Amino acid sequence: MSVLVYTENWDGKFKKLSFELVSYASGVAKMLNTGVTAVSVGKVDNNELESLGKYGAGKIISVVSDSLTAFDSQAYSSILSEIAIKENATVIVISNNNEGKAIAPRLSVRLKAGVASGVSRLPLNLNPFTLYKRTFSGNAFAHLVIKSDIKILTLAQNSFDLIEAPGTPVIETVNPAFDGSLMKTVVKDTQKQTGKILLTDADIVVSGGRGMKSPDNWPPLVELASLLGAATACSRPVSDEGWRPHEEHTGQTGKIIAPNLYIAVGISGATQHLAGISSSKYIVAINNDKDAPIFEAAQYGIVGDALKVLPKLVEAVKEIRK
Amino acid sequence: MKILVCISNVPDTTTKIKFAEGNTSIDTTGIQWVINPWDELSLTRALELKDDAVIGVKSVTVIHVGETSAEPTIRKALAIGADDAIRVNASSSDAWFVAAQIAEVIKKEQFDIIMCGIESSDYNGSIVGGMIAEFLGVPSVSAVSGIKVENGQPVLTREIDGGKEIVTVPLPFVAIVQKGIAKEPRIAAMRGIMMARTKPVKIVEPVKIDPLTEIVSFEKPVPRAACKFVDADNPAQLLDLLQNEAKVI
Repeated sequence: MSVLVYTENWDGKFKKLSFELVSYASGVAKMLNTGVTAVSVGKVDNNELESLGKYGAGKIISVVSDSLTAFDSQAYSSILSEIAIKENATVIVISNNNEGKAIAPRLSVRLKAGVASGVSRLPLNLNPFTLYKRTFSGNAFAHLVIKSDIKILTLAQNSFDLIEAPGTPVIETVNPAFDGSLMKTVVKDTQKQTGKILLTDADIVVSGGRGMKSPDNWPPLVELASLLGAATACSRPVSDEGWRPHEEHTGQTGKIIAPNLYIAVGISGATQHLAGISSSKYIVAINNDKDAPIFEAAQYGIVGDALKVLPKLVEAVKEIRK
Repeated sequence: MKILVCISNVPDTTTKIKFAEGNTSIDTTGIQWVINPWDELSLTRALELKDDAVIGVKSVTVIHVGETSAEPTIRKALAIGADDAIRVNASSSDAWFVAAQIAEVIKKEQFDIIMCGIESSDYNGSIVGGMIAEFLGVPSVSAVSGIKVENGQPVLTREIDGGKEIVTVPLPFVAIVQKGIAKEPRIAAMRGIMMARTKPVKIVEPVKIDPLTEIVSFEKPVPRAACKFVDADNPAQLLDLLQNEAKVI
């Protein structure tokens, strides 16, 4: 028996979510009185691999294969299911991000394992195996029982604190034989923005809404984000108008994020917007309408014209950063 | 080429969710039911592909696993422009059950492109599309924000961390779509609403599948503390709270 965790790296460096996943998996393993095996796919050096041990991974399986030419959910889930069987995994922990959402359901069918997606707490109960998961876009949480022998959990990003549990992990590098015909995805082109903070990975997010009035008014918002080391985001009307790229759209149908701090500037806070940000640890709202629903979701608020407040806030941040 | 669009029947996204029967189910009183927003965008894009005569899409079919009560939502999809519909006559107990039912139908009816929304706005599972693909043993591409067909081959844009990729996969395949796939959902015109009444809805009885998961209860999110207001002329006070109280900057 073991808890298997699928980690993700970006150009050979583990994403923060990988450490969250391992911390979570360690928590589950403790409840089950077993160990954690972490799986890493792609070239990651040994030092970096060992860093997973800091959060409780006792064993690390590093999958390196030239046949994995692109992210293909069919090929990846095939490899992962082989490992899960070999490691006798009873619980498999995966991120609830795009990659995790692509793999988890395919793995589920291969292993006949029930999935709980968007889990944000340790299991509420082991027998029956009960999870706490997000439903109705954050307007409700469900207690979901998985009845199958193997359980797959996808963890909501930034919902679980890193917990250090230092140890020296055993690293095993494998080049798995797998059915090459499963590798069907061919990547024609990649457009990656480098040097930018990933919206879904960011600790702080500064987001603008219709109250920003025009795309020309964004520079102080971008400056505030850069001073705070934050990613930038926007509400749906803003991306629909083409003021900002749609990759920045946070909300029910856009990106769902859970940073430590979300600063909403000129955003009224429609239900659909709140659905994308309500898991943020702290929300700051700046809006000229004191009755705007965003203030019900926020812990800190400033009632005022976004365009007047922003420059003052930028100056104040510069002051404390001196 | 035949396209299948999987649709979920969900409460309107502005619904205030209430529970019933000791928090074990959703109180459906007064709920407006709609096509899941991502499924509606899928359908819109499927119809756009059909409009382009060069691609040669013969038909766009919608499929739904649910009871008779979902008929208005299915009719709406037909009014928007789907050619026909299939309803698997069963209560949708979990993602495993729904995906297995849809896969059974596809095995008999053969589709080239199967489209699913990346999640449903009710249970936020993000699982059905990938499961269908694995049941069928066909490729799936997730987080698809663009789909074109060039020389009979699908060309997809998928969202990855910090950017996007243009990828191709052979047909048949499952596209799991997100925002961006279509600009705005297509709206049913009067003519479409009239025509929808006579379009075929095939009722299929479910195969025997045991669900793997079950929701045993619901709870409301923990309410947040009341908002602390800071004077608009004193943003330094806000920073002080963020630094010393919330400890997030």
